[in-house]
Amino acid sequence: MTNLTDLGIAAIRDGFKAGDFSARDVASAFNDAVAGARALNAFIVETPEIALAAADQADKDRAAGTLKPLSGVPIGMKDLFATKDVQTTAASHILEGFVPQYESTVSGKLWNAGAGMLGKLNLDQFAMGSSNETSFFGNVISPWRRNNGDTAALAPGGSSGGTSSAIAARLVPGATGTDTGGSIRQPAAFTGISGIKPTYGRCSRWGIVAFASSLDQAGPMARDVRDCAILLENMAGFDPKDSTSLDLAVPNWEAALSSDLKGKRVGIPKEYRVDGMPAEIDALWEQGISWLKDAGAEIVNVSLPHTQYALPAYYIIAPAEASSNLARYDGVRYGLRDLPDGANLQDMYAATRAAGFGDEVKRRILIGTYVLSAGFYDAYYTQAQKVRTLIARDFEQAWEKCDLLLTPTAPSAAFGLGEKSDDPLAMYLNDVFTVPTSLAGLPAMSVPGGLDAQGLPLGLQIIGKALDEQTVLNAGLAIEERAGFTARADKWW
Amino acid sequence: MSVDHATVRKIASLARIAVTDDQVEAMVPELNNILGWIEQLGEVDTSAVQPMTAVIPNVLRLRDDVVTDGDVRDAVLKNAPQAEQGFFTVPKVIE
Repeated sequence: MTNLTDLGIAAIRDGFKAGDFSARDVASAFNDAVAGARALNAFIVETPEIALAAADQADKDRAAGTLKPLSGVPIGMKDLFATKDVQTTAASHILEGFVPQYESTVSGKLWNAGAGMLGKLNLDQFAMGSSNETSFFGNVISPWRRNNGDTAALAPGGSSGGTSSAIAARLVPGATGTDTGGSIRQPAAFTGISGIKPTYGRCSRWGIVAFASSLDQAGPMARDVRDCAILLENMAGFDPKDSTSLDLAVPNWEAALSSDLKGKRVGIPKEYRVDGMPAEIDALWEQGISWLKDAGAEIVNVSLPHTQYALPAYYIIAPAEASSNLARYDGVRYGLRDLPDGANLQDMYAATRAAGFGDEVKRRILIGTYVLSAGFYDAYYTQAQKVRTLIARDFEQAWEKCDLLLTPTAPSAAFGLGEKSDDPLAMYLNDVFTVPTSLAGLPAMSVPGGLDAQGLPLGLQIIGKALDEQTVLNAGLAIEERAGFTARADKWW
Repeated sequence: MSVDHATVRKIASLARIAVTDDQVEAMVPELNNILGWIEQLGEVDTSAVQPMTAVIPNVLRLRDDVVTDGDVRDAVLKNAPQAEQGFFTVPKVIE
């Protein structure tokens, strides 16, 4: 019999529907995989009983002929989505023990579609990080190791590192991520899986712990493009509870998948050839260009002249929004309270926040507070928002010549845990290829392209026009079919 | 622009985060390193550019001014570190 944990979302959905196995068998197989992989630290909370309850419901629904789109499919939920009656922490100490009394819109949609929850996935604290080393609940370890006998623990990427590690290790067939500056795409690239950040506003932010509200967007991560399309269809959609939610119908992305790119023009932005980029990444990029040509696309060179300013603009805008969003953690309404002897209210706020936030979170709150403070607001924040306008305009101008863009996802393969954690700037530079898209609100996805000489996965990024997730997914599929990426991490955990 | 010890203390106070002397000592060079790097934005000529307000064109919706929620006091208080008699409680603020 097939190992059920080797199946992806579509295979589980279709096999379950066809009667090849029960939903309970699937949920049990994944529950066992989760319980057997604690060395990866991918989960903050495991919820095997919730997965089984959803599976039993799916088995009943199948018998009654009332199957839903994701009946029988268990998934992981990034611990940034509020889940009713299940602890939601954003991987922070300040929210440790917080048990939401409500369900986030996106997770609620997935459960309503029949999916079951295997657990809450670890992440960088408040989604701030690119290596999953800022979680209060410990580092997530990538299932991948270098092929030279070195057993050094590698970063699964971040911030959705629990998600990427769990999918790559086949503990879950798919899971949710969120992407503020690359937090879906970079971890997907580091672990040899796929992930798409849809257009800003496609997925409701309601019930997602807020980091930088003008950038935060939920999206799916899974083993292949089709599975991402299936999950995204069940996550997206208008929500009156989010004022930036787009009031648009959700396309049937899965049904319209096609790897035929005839008539599509693919832009290659020259500014993404950065100094010091490994030759293997450049070679993969060239390979990706040939694959898209082979799929019928025309290749054109384009320029995005303000690319180099995207990261510094992001590191003003995102911390500014974070400093405002994270003001809510005050030790009064939920989460941690630290009340030193004789402390007044102000002391309590300061002690609670000092004890509850990790170093990277504090760093970003302080930067954000500084750039928004009187006398500096225009020089930093307003200037960054103007540069953001220019970055979005770069993309607009590129769309006059092309329909999508192809770039590497990250400037390197996965690095070792601890290699960059002492240098915030070196860590920030990891997001150099993903941040511009986030600033412009555009859909973008990472798909695995191949392995580097050390046997580690490398990803290619496809960026599309606003609301054109279909072309992004189609180009992802075209690459997937040609890359034939089947490598997986050898089990050591 | 760069920050000194006094500025870091002031920002931390504005952000309501208690900091020790050692932490301030460590944060000054760290924050200056980051601020020095984002300074490069000053090179960009933005004299004729409007700051971005929305990445994807959207309209702010209005809804009817009616109660859509409520009667959930216990759920609201459920996660409070300290709640008494249906209220959040905090240290005494008036002497």
